[in-house]
Amino acid sequence: MTAMIEISNAEKTFIMHLQGGVQLPVLRGVSFQVSAGECVVLAGPSGAGKSSILKMIFGNYRCDGGRIGIRHEGAEIDLAKAEPRQVLSVRRATIGYVSQFLRAVPRVATIDVVAEPLIVNGTARPAARERAGMLLRRLNIPERLWALPPSTFSGGEQQRVNIARGFISDLPILLLDEPTASLDAANRAVVVELIDRKKRAGVAMVAIVHDDEIRHLIADRVVDVTSFAAAA
Amino acid sequence: MAENEIAADGDEPLLVADRLSKTYGRLTACRDVSFALYPGEVLAIVGESGSGKTTLLQLLSAQFAPSAGRVSYRMRDGVMRDLAALGEAERRFLFRTDWGYVHQDPALGLRMAVSAGANVGERLMAVGWNHYGRIRDTASSWLERVEIDIGRIDDAPRTYSGGMRQRLQIARNLVTEPRLVFMDEPTGGLDVSVQARLLDLMRNLVSELGLAAIVVTHDLAVARLLSHRVMVMKGGRVIETGLTDQVLDDPCEPYTQLLVSSILPA
Repeated sequence: MTAMIEISNAEKTFIMHLQGGVQLPVLRGVSFQVSAGECVVLAGPSGAGKSSILKMIFGNYRCDGGRIGIRHEGAEIDLAKAEPRQVLSVRRATIGYVSQFLRAVPRVATIDVVAEPLIVNGTARPAARERAGMLLRRLNIPERLWALPPSTFSGGEQQRVNIARGFISDLPILLLDEPTASLDAANRAVVVELIDRKKRAGVAMVAIVHDDEIRHLIADRVVDVTSFAAAA
Repeated sequence: MAENEIAADGDEPLLVADRLSKTYGRLTACRDVSFALYPGEVLAIVGESGSGKTTLLQLLSAQFAPSAGRVSYRMRDGVMRDLAALGEAERRFLFRTDWGYVHQDPALGLRMAVSAGANVGERLMAVGWNHYGRIRDTASSWLERVEIDIGRIDDAPRTYSGGMRQRLQIARNLVTEPRLVFMDEPTGGLDVSVQARLLDLMRNLVSELGLAAIVVTHDLAVARLLSHRVMVMKGGRVIETGLTDQVLDDPCEPYTQLLVSSILPA
């Protein structure tokens, strides 16, 4: 087993300058590991800091202390101290992230939204589009919608476009923030199967899921986030 | 001060600003700005009017001399040169070939009375192209890339709409395949639907061509869509810098938090 993610004593405090400098310590002593081919589910009530942990692993939130070790291109890099361009390189080659909501770029067709992560990594456009099409079909997005920008789609459709975009690459780490939240049973089952396939491909995953049934199906291990609560 | 090393692929900075300052008498427009820009990297400089961002852009593009500090640029031969030490001819050569400069007002970056085709072709002629047919073909293909109807190639940009003028200005800048493009509020003054189209176009061109760019904007949405990295300026200083989504989603400085919280929800 290789640890792909190794977090030790990571912490996060928000300082709200517009509210008189209120300090909100959210997380302290965040420590866990994720191995290749393993799906770790973060558990805890809303507001416990689950999404913040995912965002710290993605380099979207700054980490105020501790270490976020990521196995990147054969070496370990500490994302808590990485330069912006190192973080970008990690996102290009190592970590994928399926956010809760799709941040749609105006005017870009759905098929290209999904294909983009492959194109960025050098796949030719036709091949990338073909794979995007396969995933979209798998996720039950009808072909007549592929040429349209997803901004006008329903919540569930946007979520599925987002999932397709997140799952298209062959990145060794995948972060999933409520990937099944607004999906019906059939599509939830597709996502479970996609996650399973990633596991078999050796991808290390960290997920947030509120649905007990889904958690039971995908989790190899559950990490309770309440133990990282930073009491003010 | 030339260091004699050849740029390895993307591992050497393209442009380095070292403690740049600019004062006008007692007024400091820009103070102690340092950063390195790498090939293919898009940096946004954000801040409100008067924060010094346009002054900084002019210092970086050698239009003004700094009061202190310096800007170094890696020339095509891989040698890092201090911009202040370049001769006038060398500086003009940079502007004509290796750099682009997109003005907020297209009238400053275009020749409004000559045809669109000539506006694009002129940059090619400046770098030695002399075959009329090839110049026209290249100009046409660039007009297509920026989504301007080829039927308008012989019209002067003063007959164009604001959005078309801005797209023409971009074509004129990119036709010589520069490595670095400076943009000063490139979407300022355009209505929102036109902005979205322009942003999408710029985003694609920048990534397809692997361009490095420095974009001055007061619009955080523009920074988010176009840039990898952002510098927030206030009172002539850089107060916060980092990965664009990190600075916008997890702003630390009071002023940055104010900027981010002032965005109206769409």
